[in-house]
Amino acid sequence: MIEIKHLVKRFGPFTAVDGVSFTVQRGEVLGFLGPNGAGKSTTMKMVTGFLTPTSGTAVVAGHDVSKEPLKVKQVIGYLPEGAPAYADMTPESFLNFVAGVRGLKGRAKTERIEAVVRMVHLEGVMRQTIDTLSKGFKRRVGLAQAILHDPDVLIMDEPTDGLDPNQKHEVRSLIKSMAATKAILLSTHILEEVEAVCTRAVIINRGKIIADGTPSQLQAKSRFHNAVTVTVRNASGGAAAVRGDLRSLGGVSDVQEAPGRNGAVSFLVLPKGGRAIIDEIGHHARTKGWELDELHAEAGRLDEVFRSMTAGEGVKA
Amino acid sequence: MTTAATTPRSLNPLSRTLCVLKRELAGYFVTPVAYVFIVIFLFVTGVFTWSKDLGGFFDRGQADLGAFFYFHPWLYLFLIPAISMRLWAEERKQGTIELLMTLPIPLPAAVLGKFLAAWAFAGIALAMTFPMWVTVNYLGKPDNGVIVAAYIGSFLMAGGFLAVGSFVSALTKNQVIAFVITVVLCFGFLISGYAPVMDMLSGWAPAAVVDAVAGFSFLTRFDSISKGVIDLRDLVFFFSMIAVFLFATAIVVDAKKA
Repeated sequence: MIEIKHLVKRFGPFTAVDGVSFTVQRGEVLGFLGPNGAGKSTTMKMVTGFLTPTSGTAVVAGHDVSKEPLKVKQVIGYLPEGAPAYADMTPESFLNFVAGVRGLKGRAKTERIEAVVRMVHLEGVMRQTIDTLSKGFKRRVGLAQAILHDPDVLIMDEPTDGLDPNQKHEVRSLIKSMAATKAILLSTHILEEVEAVCTRAVIINRGKIIADGTPSQLQAKSRFHNAVTVTVRNASGGAAAVRGDLRSLGGVSDVQEAPGRNGAVSFLVLPKGGRAIIDEIGHHARTKGWELDELHAEAGRLDEVFRSMTAGEGVKA
Repeated sequence: MTTAATTPRSLNPLSRTLCVLKRELAGYFVTPVAYVFIVIFLFVTGVFTWSKDLGGFFDRGQADLGAFFYFHPWLYLFLIPAISMRLWAEERKQGTIELLMTLPIPLPAAVLGKFLAAWAFAGIALAMTFPMWVTVNYLGKPDNGVIVAAYIGSFLMAGGFLAVGSFVSALTKNQVIAFVITVVLCFGFLISGYAPVMDMLSGWAPAAVVDAVAGFSFLTRFDSISKGVIDLRDLVFFFSMIAVFLFATAIVVDAKKA
């Protein structure tokens, strides 16, 4: 549904987006990750026809945005960064305006607005001016505006930014509920969000794509992929002995102390090259007669992957 | 996804223009801006017209609205930029320009819709001066044809100023700057036919240039219309001013979106 082809955007001497290409299929929720200033928003602005690319283009639902921008704009629902809306208007008049522009009329319009208002829970504030609404409500007004015409393609720039945990959860549920029938592109720098809603993640840094895969593929790149947390209640020889034992195992590269509870000792055991070491550790524990409070393997840590890939290269302001 | 809501809808530029117009016009009335503006406009036109020293409506001994229309160009010089300054500057400041420009609205429809809303608003303010017309008809027997012509001229001049203001507003996100620059530009257009300006030019500039500059004067054109002479050239002038500045607005909006 979304096909991004070698998008480049330069602002003077500064290259904000440098040859970005990827596609998003119907049914996919693609999380677009990257540090601030990496080019996420700029890419989205080009796909939605707000900015003109320096070179390259995006094809949305078969329409090239540089040739048929209006067709593309019809297909896309877009939530710009910060969910801008006319502050003097009420959600009611604002949604009516957007519905009118989207070509909805009469009963279809009223019914659709009602349905969307129920979906994002705006019922109580429809007659209040938007500038008096809380951040959470403003964001929902933006979401309502974006999904009003039930678009095939939904593009959202930081849809949960600044929301409280409950609101984040609600927005994520909403996104998941729409995921099956739409192609969704959302940017975020909240990594738990990627694990929660995205079927795929693209990491961008300094205008270039540096990783593209499912969240679990990205997690597999982590140092912590298959790392095992083990908590031993009856460490006979003390913590040092347990640590020594663990370190002696074949697949282990490092053993880090973790906060133990109730006098138990706890370690985080890192594997060599992402090997699965939980069986080995479990086996060893049985032979040693350790009583385990906890033994579990990690899928990996996205934030660590993210940081190792994007940091150190002088993150731009 | 082809529910009733998603079936492809035809893109009718006219209906999009109307959507923008309606939203924008309603926008004037949800805040105190519209009411403050109209009250000030009516109050000041009244004061200028009736004051003994300025308009001298009662001392002229003539049943016409010359005293009323005489001050319109000068009032508009400050009041019209107050309407036009927010047209695009506000969109950019609030970030709603990104929303507006990613909705399926053709750029000309957005530019025209906004302009027409501002013009309609100016028209409403102007229409509310009708008690003036009633008064002069009650007191005497004015030539109502001249008055209608003057109203048309005043409305056209407001449109010209608004188009200039729309252009300037597209250049900045700061409304104060938009206001000041619009006032200066409009002042230029007002006085370009005035004797001092002409004298300044005629010393050295070729006659064609002097004539051209004089031709851009809103004041001389409004004067002739308000005397009841609706010359096609004056109409063409105001409409082309509007067209040119709206076109320029579209170019600036398109170029300066980021």
